[in-house]
Amino acid sequence: MQNNIYILKVSELNRYVKNLIQGDPRLSDLWVVGEISNFKHHRSGHMYFTLKDNTSSLRCVYFKRENMRALFQPADGMEVIIHGNISVYEPDGVYQLYVAEMEPAGMGSLFLAYEQLKKKLEAEGLFRAENKKKLPMMPRKIGLVTSTTGAALQDILATLKKRFPYIQVLVVESLVQGTEAAEDIVRAIDLLNRYADIDLIILARGGGSLEDLWPFNEEIVARAIHGSSLPVISAIGHETDFTIADFAADMRAPTPTAAVAAAVPEFSEMNTALRQLRERAVIALQRRLQQEKQLLDHVVSERFFRLPGQRIKLLRELQYKLQIQLHREISRFLQIKAMQLSAQIDRLDGYSPLKVMSRGYSFCRDEEGRIIRSIKDIRLDQLLQLSFRDGRAYCRTEKLEEVKIVEGQK
Amino acid sequence: MKDKNNKKDLTYEEAIKRLEEIVRLLENVETPLEESLSYFQEGVDLSRYCREKLTEIEFRVEYLMKEEQQSPEGSEPGCSKKKPDEDDLL
Repeated sequence: MQNNIYILKVSELNRYVKNLIQGDPRLSDLWVVGEISNFKHHRSGHMYFTLKDNTSSLRCVYFKRENMRALFQPADGMEVIIHGNISVYEPDGVYQLYVAEMEPAGMGSLFLAYEQLKKKLEAEGLFRAENKKKLPMMPRKIGLVTSTTGAALQDILATLKKRFPYIQVLVVESLVQGTEAAEDIVRAIDLLNRYADIDLIILARGGGSLEDLWPFNEEIVARAIHGSSLPVISAIGHETDFTIADFAADMRAPTPTAAVAAAVPEFSEMNTALRQLRERAVIALQRRLQQEKQLLDHVVSERFFRLPGQRIKLLRELQYKLQIQLHREISRFLQIKAMQLSAQIDRLDGYSPLKVMSRGYSFCRDEEGRIIRSIKDIRLDQLLQLSFRDGRAYCRTEKLEEVKIVEGQK
Repeated sequence: MKDKNNKKDLTYEEAIKRLEEIVRLLENVETPLEESLSYFQEGVDLSRYCREKLTEIEFRVEYLMKEEQQSPEGSEPGCSKKKPDEDDLL
């Protein structure tokens, strides 16, 4: 009864169906849309999942060789469009979809990959504020990673020259677009970290599409920035572009010009601040000397009142002359200083109290070297030290005479 | 003046900070006159030092092109660097 009938073994049947299916050109190159479920990423690297819609499901295999090229990570619930072919898995007698490539439905895979990587690195703490390195106040040498043909390089150099022209730049050429760019950027960052004299890295690229900027959204670039022991300022694309590299950088600048502003201080500002400090020092000392002098003059003029007529007049005239002369010198001095302070700072030395002392003033100190400002601080028979411009005299007080200082008197 | 030696190691930030401190001391009438004088001298030295520090580096751009990046020098930066002279030719 079974003579005219050929009885198949299971494996033969499965192979037959497989050949049938593989012979169908439509099934060997097709696109299917559906939702991922039961997703499993096997240790071998292969991915297994079920693609389903409201009523049906289909087993899918995404081999390691293919899924390594995927930009994003598939997951349960994700709506995807799959390009692949149908074949039969002989041992089980089931047909499955073998995935060649996969796209998220409804949005670009680049966008999804961006979101996924951002979330992943954020969770790892790569973007945390407390992990950001402090930028140096005044870098001496900047490492600049960029394309040597792009506008970003020229922008940065021009701005730097204008803002702080006392600096050196080492431009490390790198691709900033295309599949090899990410590795290039990583190598440049690592390279700069090996130089002893670089203080800061600027990673720059002009504007472009999401695809153009893609190298700056790659994981290895973010990790290189995070791992750099030198602080990194990123200036990638336009103001509105935020790349993963921007998040990983220690400082994100919206434009190449802004990166320079973040990297170096403004020279004119620094210089003005320094000049102001110097002026304040000069004026403070000048005022101080004047104060001391007035005190001295006061005492001197009071004393002269007690001397006989003609001599008083002479001495007062002399003192008046000296004072005028002193005032003239001071105002002249201040004028000169205001005009050419930085060049003439050395001249200051000439206006030290030594000069005042060379006009006949001296100051008096007690045994412990304290300056005596009042007769009240002196005892009879006390050893005093009088300092002159060129030496000291040690004196002993024989007589003390106190004079009343009337406030407001000229 | 006593700081002359270790002043060489001061960063610009440290030097400016000390200068600010000195100006405050000079502006304070409580500071003894003699101390004021030595502060002033130190201030003059510091401001000169800052000025030098600010401008000591000459603007220079070096280029490290891709083909030169294969074997980076660790401790001897500058050896393998070529400097295209675009800037200088201008």
